[in-house]
Amino acid sequence: MPFARHNVTTLVPRTPAEVTDAVRWALSAGEPLEVAGTGSKRALGRPVVASHRLNLSALSGIVSYEPEELVLTARAGTGMQEIEALLAQRNQCLAFEPPDLGPLLGASGIPNAGERERGRDAGSAAAAGGTFGGVISTGYSGPRRFKAGAVRDHVLGIAAVSGRGEAFVGGGKVVKNVTGYDLPKLLTGAFGTLAVLTEISVKVLPAPEDTRTVLVDGLSPREAVQLMTRVLQSPLDVTGASHVPVGVRAPGKSLDASITALRLEGFRPSVEFRLTQLRTLVASSGPVVVLEREESKVFWQAVRDVQPFVPLEEGDRASVWRISAPPAQGAAVLERIQESIPETRAFFDWGGGLIWLRVPNDTGVEPKAIAARIREALVASGGHATLVRAPESVRAVVDVFQPPAAGVAELSRRVKLQFDPSCVLNPGRLYVGV
Amino acid sequence: MLMPEPDPQILARRKELAERLRQAVPDGVIEDEASRRVYEQDALTAYRQLPMIVVLPSSTEEVAAVLRICSSMGVKVVPRGAGTSLSGGALPLADGVLLGLARLNRILDIDYDNRTVTCQPGVTNLAISRAVDARGFYYAPDPSSQIACTIGGNVAENSGGVHCLKYGLTTNNVLGVQLVTIDGEVLHIGGRHLDAEGYDLLGILTGSEGLLGVVTEVTVRILPKPETARALLIGFASNEAAGDTVAAIIGAGIIPAGMEMMDKPAIHAAEAFVHVGYPLDVEALLIVELDGPGAEVDHLCEAVTRIARERGAVSCRMSNSEAERLSFWAGRKAAFPAVGRISPDYLCMDGTIPRKALPAVLARLRELESEFGLRVANVFHAGDGNLHPLILFDSNAPGELERAEAFGAAILRLCVQVGGVLTGEHGVGIEKRDLMPEQFTETDLAHQQRLKCAFDPAGLLNPGKVFPVLHRCAELGRMHVHRGQLAFPDIPRF
Repeated sequence: MPFARHNVTTLVPRTPAEVTDAVRWALSAGEPLEVAGTGSKRALGRPVVASHRLNLSALSGIVSYEPEELVLTARAGTGMQEIEALLAQRNQCLAFEPPDLGPLLGASGIPNAGERERGRDAGSAAAAGGTFGGVISTGYSGPRRFKAGAVRDHVLGIAAVSGRGEAFVGGGKVVKNVTGYDLPKLLTGAFGTLAVLTEISVKVLPAPEDTRTVLVDGLSPREAVQLMTRVLQSPLDVTGASHVPVGVRAPGKSLDASITALRLEGFRPSVEFRLTQLRTLVASSGPVVVLEREESKVFWQAVRDVQPFVPLEEGDRASVWRISAPPAQGAAVLERIQESIPETRAFFDWGGGLIWLRVPNDTGVEPKAIAARIREALVASGGHATLVRAPESVRAVVDVFQPPAAGVAELSRRVKLQFDPSCVLNPGRLYVGV
Repeated sequence: MLMPEPDPQILARRKELAERLRQAVPDGVIEDEASRRVYEQDALTAYRQLPMIVVLPSSTEEVAAVLRICSSMGVKVVPRGAGTSLSGGALPLADGVLLGLARLNRILDIDYDNRTVTCQPGVTNLAISRAVDARGFYYAPDPSSQIACTIGGNVAENSGGVHCLKYGLTTNNVLGVQLVTIDGEVLHIGGRHLDAEGYDLLGILTGSEGLLGVVTEVTVRILPKPETARALLIGFASNEAAGDTVAAIIGAGIIPAGMEMMDKPAIHAAEAFVHVGYPLDVEALLIVELDGPGAEVDHLCEAVTRIARERGAVSCRMSNSEAERLSFWAGRKAAFPAVGRISPDYLCMDGTIPRKALPAVLARLRELESEFGLRVANVFHAGDGNLHPLILFDSNAPGELERAEAFGAAILRLCVQVGGVLTGEHGVGIEKRDLMPEQFTETDLAHQQRLKCAFDPAGLLNPGKVFPVLHRCAELGRMHVHRGQLAFPDIPRF
């Protein structure tokens, strides 16, 4: 079928075989594809230069769910709402707490009007968490990550179509498996640059029966990270450790207050027992408030979805960075960043190991220089910084993802070319040429 | 088991190679046959092969120098930790260098604030836990060989253990590595932070069985030790009742720290060996370990006991002291040597199945016993469906090894047929290499091998393992594009 050169065409495969065929067509036509589900995370990454779009939202549905095996298999285009609702019915969950970045990333993710018109069914999924394939391909985990593991730790098996136009599977559908290379991990967080996921099997876990959060008032970031470190060194099994400083909004907190939040989850008697111990442990650090079950959920959902930095008004052009650092060095990393860019605001998750950083548009510093200063602050400790939210024009010129050292960059390029030698899948989404 | 044909041109250059290696590692090149013999096999004892040369570097720089020499001369390299692989992952090659990493045995850094340990690959698994024990920490993955096996080998094999249902395999506990490529280039992947950037190279290196690179430093996560741990020893009159109980425990939202099952032959062998008071009148025995804060452990012990009773448990004991808890485990942990006492030899299989298939699989195993004329004892990581049938045989009886191997292959095919996989934690190695097509198509395997091509295009690192046929990278690189013939006319387009 002939396509007009400047007219983006969207292919909407309904079966894995149609995905294979779409990729083969792209190969034969020499036309790269932008791979997307509902487009809720489209604005995350470098802008893809592709003449056509592969929309996987019609490739949806739960393939199997066996609560007692702790395994769920679904097609890539399945909406996260559907998956989470199904798991909730059996008191299970995705332990890695996938964030819904839709509100943070904003309307830039919504594809063209024609697609919006077509995708009434898919439209609702875009509004809430996007698709299963999108969550796996971006690989972002929520507050429980340091305790329960990341997305990649829960992906058991995949079916996919590589950039060679070949369908293949990797991993399995059981919770323990070391047969062959762990391709499911490789494709998790690969942003669709190696293969198009068609089906994914994940390990699911029991949802916590109860949850409570201890809030400690009035700490500086440095004091907060010290306290979180002390708590995480204890056997109290905390599953969330976040610090929201003065000047950053969060549920149940005024702008001029700072809170350090520590979450307990599990069976009720265990949560109650540990709550007493945790209160004792933090008693000398500051005034304490305990959030009950529902308040606690609201708070952690806000942390998970980066709500403090969701733009409040149209035309907010602030950038948002996501920084992973050794947790105990989190405060020191932020101090270094704020020395060179004082206008930034931040909050911590993962006990200090995850920093969400907001950089206003009016710092007077070029985007490339901002990226350099942020990454410079990480040199001493190790870690990486990703530009999660920024206008497309900025993402086109700044390294959105931390550039790897030369040897690792070369290896990554070779991996890309093995799976997608003609670069037809999401070209340039991760790095230039990858 | 067919290994790659030794290359006479390489064998002819052995002297020259030894000389060059000695320049790189002056005190660590072994040429004489008696000393090389130490390295001729790993824990898959049915196979042995004398390596051409053994080299024992003691620094990353020496490892890099060895690999540069080998790759420039086109010599194959087999990395080895402590040699405890149960799948033949460290089986040497007649025309290959055996690269022993045991001398790289230092713990480099303990960082309690970030809860990490960085060490060299030759440090044993248990030594990591011991090093941080006094401060109340431990390293979670605990393969039964943990006293001997090295962390480098654990990374290569993605080792598990009895606690991995709750705490994960090696791959879930490694944060960073220093890696030397076959060209001798030193790369750093990950660090002390969570989630290494870019493609998950750490994820594919872990469990790559020494085919992608040589790990010279590892950073692992350590965890605070749980406040309490208690074990339950529960006997059942049938495997079905035990299997139902396992499913019901998980269905109730409980993830025990360990959940092990033994069948009658395994119970009897273990009890005869360690005398810990296992019930002998039951068909199946579950050991369920619960750990965490005292209040949680009490609550869960009660819940598990109730679930087991409702499903017809005929006996149930709860450990009342640390000594008693360890005695419950003693029989399970000694199951392999215990079976070794009642049979001259045994093969340990390692498939994983969906747990619901357990009764059917055990029943089919009984049928296979009579078909092959060999007995099997079963120990089972029941929580995660990882089955370890131990096939008893006598290698001195003509044909029994072959029969035992055929029996093992039948068991693994059965695992795949019921929706499981060939190996849950021991690795493919040479043992399950030729069974890979049971689980994967040629296209699946080609995509795995292309990773090998990205790391080691000449195929010099540990060839002959994992893949039944190691295709040449040039062959795998070809792409068939049929211009204009492929468009599906009816994919919706907008």
